[in-house]
Amino acid sequence: MKRQLTLWLPLAIFIGLATSFVLGLRKPDDRLVPSHMIGITVPGFALPAIGTDISGLSAADLATGKPHLVNFFASWCVPCAAEAPQLQALAAQGAPILGIALRDRPADMRAFIARYGNPYRKIGMDPDSRVQINFGGSGVPETFVVDGKGVIRYQKIGPIADSEVGDLLAALKTAS
Amino acid sequence: MLSVPLYADSTMPAAQLANVQLPDPAQEAKAKALMETLRCLVCQGQSIADSNADLAGDMRSLVRQRIAAGESPEAIRAFLIARYGDWVSFAPPIDRTTWLLWAAPVLFLVAGGALVAGRLRRRR
Amino acid sequence: MIAEAGLAALWLGAALCALQLVAAVLSLSARVERSRDTFDTAPGGTSLDFARDERGLSGLIRPVAVAQAVLTALAFACLIAVFITVDLSVKLVVENDGVGRPLMYRFSGTWGNHEGSMLMWVSILAVGGAAVALIERRLEERTLIATLGGQAVIGLGFYAFLLFASNPFARLDPAAPAGQGLNPLLEDPGLAFHPPTLYIGYVGLSIAFSFAIGALVTRDVRPAFARAMRPWVLGAWIFLTIGITAGSYWAYYELGWGGWWFWDPVENASLMPWLAATALLHSVTVLATRDGLRAWTVMLAVVAFSMSMIGTFLVRSGILTSVHAFAVDPRRGSFLLALLILYIGGALALFALRVGTVREGSRFDVVSREGALVINNLLLSVILGIVLIGTLYPLVVEAFGDKISVGPPYFNATAGPLALLLLIVMAAGPMMRWRREQLGIIARRLIVPALVLIVALVAVKALHPAIGLWPLLGLAVAAGVGLASLAPLWGRNLRRTPLHTWGMVIAHFGIAVALAGMASDSAFTQERLVAARVGETMAIGPYRVTLANIAPDFGPGWTALNATLAVKRGAGAAYELHPLARTYWTQGTQTSETAIQTVLDGQLYTVLGASAGEGRWQVRLWWKPFVTLIWAGGALVAIGGVLSLLGRLLRERRNELRKAEVWA
Repeated sequence: MKRQLTLWLPLAIFIGLATSFVLGLRKPDDRLVPSHMIGITVPGFALPAIGTDISGLSAADLATGKPHLVNFFASWCVPCAAEAPQLQALAAQGAPILGIALRDRPADMRAFIARYGNPYRKIGMDPDSRVQINFGGSGVPETFVVDGKGVIRYQKIGPIADSEVGDLLAALKTAS
Repeated sequence: MLSVPLYADSTMPAAQLANVQLPDPAQEAKAKALMETLRCLVCQGQSIADSNADLAGDMRSLVRQRIAAGESPEAIRAFLIARYGDWVSFAPPIDRTTWLLWAAPVLFLVAGGALVAGRLRRRR
Repeated sequence: MIAEAGLAALWLGAALCALQLVAAVLSLSARVERSRDTFDTAPGGTSLDFARDERGLSGLIRPVAVAQAVLTALAFACLIAVFITVDLSVKLVVENDGVGRPLMYRFSGTWGNHEGSMLMWVSILAVGGAAVALIERRLEERTLIATLGGQAVIGLGFYAFLLFASNPFARLDPAAPAGQGLNPLLEDPGLAFHPPTLYIGYVGLSIAFSFAIGALVTRDVRPAFARAMRPWVLGAWIFLTIGITAGSYWAYYELGWGGWWFWDPVENASLMPWLAATALLHSVTVLATRDGLRAWTVMLAVVAFSMSMIGTFLVRSGILTSVHAFAVDPRRGSFLLALLILYIGGALALFALRVGTVREGSRFDVVSREGALVINNLLLSVILGIVLIGTLYPLVVEAFGDKISVGPPYFNATAGPLALLLLIVMAAGPMMRWRREQLGIIARRLIVPALVLIVALVAVKALHPAIGLWPLLGLAVAAGVGLASLAPLWGRNLRRTPLHTWGMVIAHFGIAVALAGMASDSAFTQERLVAARVGETMAIGPYRVTLANIAPDFGPGWTALNATLAVKRGAGAAYELHPLARTYWTQGTQTSETAIQTVLDGQLYTVLGASAGEGRWQVRLWWKPFVTLIWAGGALVAIGGVLSLLGRLLRERRNELRKAEVWA
C-alpha cells in the first residue's frame, strides 16, 4: 500500500507545478519593480540646478508641509516628451511638480523645456541616478507623490496617460 | 522628422567608476563579487556586473564608491534591498517566504536517500 | 503558392498523424481481444493471427509514420523556401524578413521566430517517429505499436498548436511593401544552429517518453526494452550536450562581459532535460545489463521529456524573465500549458496505475556498479530538483504578491557541492563490478587518484594562497577525477577495448576537463576595465594591449566603431584584435562584438564599450586562463557519447550477422 502511494507522488508534485504555471500565466505580465520606499522618508539630497533662473532641488524642498509630485525625466527620453502635455495639465490644475533630470546636460535640458514646456517649479540634475536609486525608481519617466513631511506616498511607473491625470491629483489629495 | 529609438539612452558618459575598476584590488574584488549578485533593474535577466544599461552603470558606480568608502558589501546589499526589495538581490534571503527554497536541497536528498535505502534493504 | 502547398502538407501530415494514432489504438485493442480469444486454443493460433494482422492495421502504422514525416518535412521545406525568397505576402516573413542578408541567415531566419521554430519542432518530431518506425526492430511489436501511438499523441497536440494558434503560413493581403527585418542577434552562426541542435535533443527525449508509454501500456519493462531505448536516449543526450555547450559559448562571446553561465531561466530550461537525460542514460544501462531499476527508468524517461516540455513552455510563455528574450505570447503559453498538463499528467497517471504491476528487477549490493549508478541517479535527480525549484520559486512567490530573485549565489551554493560529490561517484563507479564489489579493492584502486587529488589541492593552495575554497576544490577534484576516469583503460589492450568503453571514458574525462576550465576561470581570471585614450597601453595577464585606433566601420544593416588593439605577449610578435561596438540602424539595437584571442593556455577577451567622454573609450579586457577547457570538455563529452552510440550499434550489427551465420 505504501508503495502504491509513492507511485502517485510524481503526479501530485506535477499538479503542484502545473498550478504554479497556471498562476504565472494568469497574472498580467508584470516586469515592473515597484519602489520599496513607499511610506518612507526620502533620504537627504541636494541636486544642482540647470542655471540661475530655475532653482535646483534638495530634500528640504519636499518637507514643506504640502505634498508634491516628483517627476523623474530626461531630455533623451522619448516617453518623457510624450507625457509633457499631461504634466502641463497637472501643473495647470495647481499640482506642485518638482523635476529630477536623469543623466542629462543643462543645455539639453534647456532645449527640452523650451520645446515641451516647463511644468516644473524646480529642477534638480541627477547625473548618476543617486537620487533615483534613493527613491527606489528604476526607469524614466517615473512620478512619485511625496507628502508634506517628505514621505513617499505613491509611485507611477512609466509615462502618465491622459486618463491617469486624475489618479495623480487624487493621490496628491490623499497625501495632504 | 528626426527618428529616435523608442527608449533612447542618455548621451552622457557613464558615471564615475561605472566602468573603471577601483585602484585597490582587494576592494575591487569585493565590489565585483557583490555586483555579480545584484540584479539589473532594466535588463532584468542580468546582474549589474554584466549589463550595458545606464542604470546598471550608475549602480556599479554607487557600489564601487561605497566599497571604497569602507562600507561592507552586505551593508550595500541591504541599502539596495531597502529601496527595491529582495528582487534586486540574486541571493535570496532566508525568511518566511524562502525557507522552503533553501530547505529543498536537503529535503530532496533525505527523500531520495530514503527511497534508495528502502530499496536496498529489500534487495539484501 | 509555396505557402499554400506548405499549409496543405502540414494539414495532411496532421491527418496522417491522427491515422497513426487510430491505427495504433485499434490494433492494440484488437490484439488484446484476440489474445484473450486464442488463450485456450492451440499455442500456434497466436502467431497465425499475428501474421494475419501484420498485413492489417498494425502493418499500416510504419508506412503512415514515414509518410507523415515526409509531408511535415515538406511543409518545413516550403517555409524555408518562402524565407529564402523573402516572400513579403507571408505574414511571418514580413515580421522577420532577411532582405539584403546573407543566404545563410535568410535560411536560419526560418526558425528564428516562434512559428517557424514550432514547425521545425514538429518536423523533427515526425522525422524521429519515422526513424523509429523504419529502424527499430528489437522492440516487441506490441510495444513498438504503442510507442508509435504515443508519438502520434504528442504530434497531434503540436500540429493543433501550429494549425490553430501559430500558423506559420498565414498570408498578408495585400503584401507588405517592406519587412521588419531580422533580429540582429540571430545573425550569428552559433545562434543560427543552436536551436535545431537543442530541438533534436528534446525530440529525441520524446521518443524515450513514447517508449516508456508503450512499455507501460504493454507492461513490457525488460532488458530488451532498455536496450532498444538506449540508443535513442544516447542520441538525444549527445545533441543536448552539444546544444548546451554551444549555447554557453555563444552567450560567452556575444553578451560581452566574459560570463559563460548565468543560471538564467532559459539556460536552466536547457540544463534540466540534460540532467534528466544523463540520469536516464545511466539507469537504462542498469536495466539493460542487470534488469534493475525498472520503474525508476520508466519514471526518468517520462521526466526527461517533461523537462523538455516545461523548458519550452517557460521560454515561450514568457512567465519568467530572461536574458534570452523570445517573442512571447500568453495565449500561446496557455495552449502549451494545456498540452503539457495533458501529456505529463497523463503519463504520470499511467505510471501510477501501471507500474505497480511491473515486477521489481533483480537485486544487488550497495557497493557495486549498480550501487554507484543509483547514487549517480540520486545526485543528478537532486540537482535537477534544485534547478527546477530555483527556477520556479520566484514564480510561486510572485503569486503571493512578493518579488524575489534566485540566481547564481543560490545555485552555486546548493548544486555546486553536490556536483563535486557526483563527480567523485562518477570516478569510482566504472571501477566497480556489477552486482557486488569488495570495498577493499575499490579503496586500493582509488588510492592513486586520491593522492593526485590531495597533491593538486596542496600544490594549488601553495602557489595561489588567495584562491577561494570552491575553485580550489574544483581544480583538485578535476585532477583526481580526470585521472580516475581513465582507469577503465588501465591494463587493457587499447585496440581491443570496446568502443563504448572508450566512449564512457572520454565522456567522463570530458566532465573533469570542463570542471577544470570552470574552476580555472573563476580562480584565475583577470579583469581590466579602462577608460583609455588612443595610444594608451594596458597590461592584462601576460599581455600588453595598446588601443591603437578607433575607426568607423559598417556592414549589412549596421554601423560600428572598430577598435584596433595592438596585442603583445612578452617578447612575442605583436598582432591586432578588432572588437566592435555595433549599432543596427534597422532595429536601433546595439551589440558589442567581442574580439577573442585563443591561445593554448587561455583566452584574451576584448570588448569595446561606449565613449567615456574627453576622448576616452571604454575598453574591457579579460585574461581567462584555460577557460576554453569548459567547452573542450563539453565537446569531449559529446564525442564520448558518439563513440558509445557507434560502439553499441556496431556490436548489435555484429551480433545480428553472427546470428544470421548460425542460421545459415
